[in-house]
Amino acid sequence: MRLNRRLFLQLTALAGGGLALDLYRSPLALAQGPGTPPDLTPQAFIHIAPDGVVTIMARASESGQGMRNMLPMLIAEELDVDWKSVRVQQAELNEKIYGPQFSGGSANTPMGWEPMRRVGAAGRLLLITAAAQTWGVPEAECTTQSGRVLHATSGRSLSYGELADKAAALQPPALSSVKLKDPKDYRIIGHSQTGIDTHAIVTGKPLYGIDVQLPGMLYAAIEKAPVFAGKVKSANIDQVKALPGVRQVLTIDGGITPAAYTPWEPGMEPGIAIVADTWWQAQQVRKQLKVDWDLGPATTQSTDGFKKRAEELLEAPPASTLRKYGDVDAALKSSAKVVEATYEYPFIAHVTLEPQGATAHWKDGKLEMWSTSTLPADGRGLVAKTLGIQESDITTHMVRAGGSFGRRLQNDYLVEAAWIAKRVDAPVKLLWSREDDIAHDPFRPGGTVGLKGGLDAQGKLTAWRHHLVTFGDEKHSTSGGGIEQDAYPAGFPPAYALYTSAQPLMLRTGALRAPGDNAYCWVAQSFLDEVAHAAGRDPLEFQLELLSNKQAPWSSGEHDAVGDHEPTGQAVLIPERYKGVLELAAEKSGWAHRSKTPGRGMGIAAWFCHLGYFATVADVSVDAQNRVTVRQIWVAGDIGSQVINPAAAENLAFGGIIEGMSHMGQEITLVDGKIQQSNFHNHPLMRMKQAPKIEVYWRKTDFAPTGLGEPTLPPTLPAVSNAIFAATGKRIRTLPLERSGFSWA
Amino acid sequence: MPLKLTVNNQVTTVDVSPDTPLLWVLRDVLNLQGTKFGCGMGVCGACTVLVGGHAVRSCMTHVGSVADEPITTIEGLSPDGLHPVQVAWAALDVPQCGYCQAGQILSAAALLQRTPHPTDADIDTAMSGNICRCGTYTRIRQAIHEAADAGAAARPK
Repeated sequence: MRLNRRLFLQLTALAGGGLALDLYRSPLALAQGPGTPPDLTPQAFIHIAPDGVVTIMARASESGQGMRNMLPMLIAEELDVDWKSVRVQQAELNEKIYGPQFSGGSANTPMGWEPMRRVGAAGRLLLITAAAQTWGVPEAECTTQSGRVLHATSGRSLSYGELADKAAALQPPALSSVKLKDPKDYRIIGHSQTGIDTHAIVTGKPLYGIDVQLPGMLYAAIEKAPVFAGKVKSANIDQVKALPGVRQVLTIDGGITPAAYTPWEPGMEPGIAIVADTWWQAQQVRKQLKVDWDLGPATTQSTDGFKKRAEELLEAPPASTLRKYGDVDAALKSSAKVVEATYEYPFIAHVTLEPQGATAHWKDGKLEMWSTSTLPADGRGLVAKTLGIQESDITTHMVRAGGSFGRRLQNDYLVEAAWIAKRVDAPVKLLWSREDDIAHDPFRPGGTVGLKGGLDAQGKLTAWRHHLVTFGDEKHSTSGGGIEQDAYPAGFPPAYALYTSAQPLMLRTGALRAPGDNAYCWVAQSFLDEVAHAAGRDPLEFQLELLSNKQAPWSSGEHDAVGDHEPTGQAVLIPERYKGVLELAAEKSGWAHRSKTPGRGMGIAAWFCHLGYFATVADVSVDAQNRVTVRQIWVAGDIGSQVINPAAAENLAFGGIIEGMSHMGQEITLVDGKIQQSNFHNHPLMRMKQAPKIEVYWRKTDFAPTGLGEPTLPPTLPAVSNAIFAATGKRIRTLPLERSGFSWA
Repeated sequence: MPLKLTVNNQVTTVDVSPDTPLLWVLRDVLNLQGTKFGCGMGVCGACTVLVGGHAVRSCMTHVGSVADEPITTIEGLSPDGLHPVQVAWAALDVPQCGYCQAGQILSAAALLQRTPHPTDADIDTAMSGNICRCGTYTRIRQAIHEAADAGAAARPK
C-alpha cells in the first residue's frame, strides 16, 4: 500500500538495484502495513453470480507478466472453484480496498502469495457460514468442492451461486485466522492456465492503452527539445494552429531544473502539444513547427565526455565505500596473482513495443484517466500535484500495457495527457512516436567498473576490489544506477571492498527490468569467470567453492542466511540455493563434458535478485567475422516451493533471456546532449533468427514462491559473454558487443 | 477525396488524403484497433496486415496505393478466431504483453499460405521482420509448426 509504494520508490530511485530488501523482508507484513491493516475483504475481490460464474478482481496492473492470471488463481484456489467458472476483471485503482496495485520489482508474487490466498479462503468460509445458517447445521460439518458447499451427513448441497447473496452480507473473518489448503490439494496453483486476455489478443480486440476510444475524443502529440529539459523560446504557433485538423496548440513550460542528480520523477518536460482530430494529423503538424529552443545546460553532455570523466574517477580515490571487510589492498599485495580489468556498459532504452501514451478526460472539475502505468497510485498522485487538483477527483482505469520492463513505473506521459486534457474541452488521447519514446526514455544508466581480484598460490580467491563509477551527486546515485551493499560476491571473498564514485547526469534514468542487476551481474559474473580462468580452474567449480566459504555477515544486519530455512522474508542470498541452480544448469547442459573446439564454447553464470535464483549456461558459436550465434541456452531457476502458472512462467523465463541478449547489442549515446538513436534500426532488439533454443528447469525448494519478471534476465549476459570467451579466447569487457569487435550473426 | 477500400471482405469508403498510412486509417477511421503502431518506419512488424494475401507493413503503406486490393486485418483473419494460427497461438499461450501478436499472426498466416510446411529456416526468414519485445520467439516458432500440422490435418487427402 502506501508504505509499499513509498519504499518501492525510494529503493528504486536511490538504491537502484537494491529495491528488494525492505520490500521483501516480510511481504505479508508490509502488504498489510504497520498498524493500518488494509482490510482486504473477500467481498472486494470476489463476486459470484446466481448462475455460479465467479468474477475475481485482478488488482495489479498488467503489462505482460501474467498478473491477471497469477493473483486471481491464488484466490480461486482457496475459494475452491473450478478455474473454468472464473472470469477475471481488472480492478480500478483503489488501494484502500485492493491493497498494492503496482507491478514492479517482481513483487506481486511474494506480496500476493499469502494475502490473495487468504482472501479466497475467507470467501470460502463465508459461503460455508451461509450454507450452515441455511441448513441450521454446524459449519464444521460442511465442506466445499468445485463451487458447492456440501453437507455430507444429510447429503445436501448448495451451489456458490445460490449462497452468494447471503454470503456477501456476512461479516468477513479476519484474514489471519483462516486456514489455508495443504499444497498437495492444489488444483489451480501449479497448473498452467491460459492467459486471461489471450483470446482477445489473438483475435485483435481492443485491449491496450493505445486502443482506448471515447466519443468526441481528440488526439495529441508533443514536440520536445532534442536535449533534455530544453525550453521553448518561441514558435510559429499561430501558423500551425491554422493547419487542417488542428484544434489546439499548447506550450508546455515544464518543471525541470537540470542538475547533477535527476530525480525519479523530475517534473514535466517542456514542449509544444498539438491537439488534432486525428493523431496522424497531429504528427504531420509537428513537421511544420518551427521552434526556437533554449537547450540549456544538458547540451554539454556527451558519451565521450562521460567516458573521459569515468576514466578519471576510476584513477582517483573512490568517493564512497558501500561495503568493506578485511584489508583488501594488503590482501591484493600479498596475492600470488592479481587480475585487473575495467568493464563498461552503456545507457540503454526500454522500448516497450507500445509507445508511451495515455487518455484523459477533464469534465466538471473531475479527471478520468485510462492509464497503462505499472505504478498507478503514484501516477494519480503526480497528476494531482501537477494539475493542482485533489486525488479524490481523479478516477483511474487500469488498462493493459503493451510492455513495461520498468518503463511504466514512471508516469511522465500520464501527467502530460492529464495536463493537456485539463486544457481541452474533450477527451484526449496522447501518443508518443517511437522517436519520442527513445529520445525521452528514462534510460538504464551506463557505468564503468574497475575490478581487482587476487589469487593465492593454490588458485583460491584472496580479495575482490570493486569500484563502480556511476552518475549522480554526492548524496544520490541516479535511478537504476546504484548498487546493493550485499550484492554478490560480497560476503564470500576473504577480503572485499565495494566503492562507488559518481559524475553528474542531466538526464532521466529509471528502472529497466532487474535494475542494477542487469548490469552488475554481467560485470561480476564475467570477472569471476576471468579470475577462475586466471587460476586455471573450471569456472563452475571455482564459484561453487567460493559459495561454500562465506566469510562475512550481511551488512544489512540481516540474520546470516547460511542454513536458514525461514519460509518467508528471505531477502538475503542463501548459498545452497545459489549452488543448487548452478549445479542443475550444469547437469542439464552437460557442462562437465562440454566440447572444446575453436569457435564454439559454453559459458556459465548465476545470479540472485528479486528473491529468485537463476543459473544460465549458453552454448555459442562465433564465425571468422566475429559474428555470434547463441545456439542453445539452459536455465535453472529456484523461485521457491511453487511455480504458480507453469506455462506462463516458462514463457517469462524465455523473455528474460531474449531481453538479456538484446541488452548486449544496444546502446544510447549522446553528442552535444542529443540522443543519437531513434528507432529499432539503431537500437535493435533480438529477432526470430537470433532466438536460441531454450530449456528451462525449476528447482523447487521449501521457500515461499517469489516473482519471475526480473531474475531470469541478469545471468544471460555473462553466460553469453563467458561463452564467447570460451569460443574465442577474447574477453568481452565493453558492451554493446560491437564495441568489443563482435556482433550478432 | 473519398477512397474505396475492401477490408475484411467489406467494401467501405473513407475520406482521407491518399498518402495517409493505411495503419492510421484502419485504427482511427475504421476503428479496427487490432493492428498496432510500433515504429512508424516498417522495422518492427506490429502493424502487419495482409494485402492481396501478402504481409505488408501498414505504417509504411499509403492508403491510396491499396484501394484496389483486398486487405485483411487480425479482426478479419477468421470469422470466429479459429484460423489454425490463432488456435495454435492460444493453445500454446504465446503472448506475454501481446502487443506484437496481431502482426506476428498475420506474418505467420502469410507464410503458411505459401509454405504450408515451413522449416525453421523458413520461419527465420519470414518472421524476422516482426519484433517481439517480450521475447516469445520460442513459442511463436512452436505455434507455427503446430499450425502447419493442424492445417495439413484439415486438408483433404
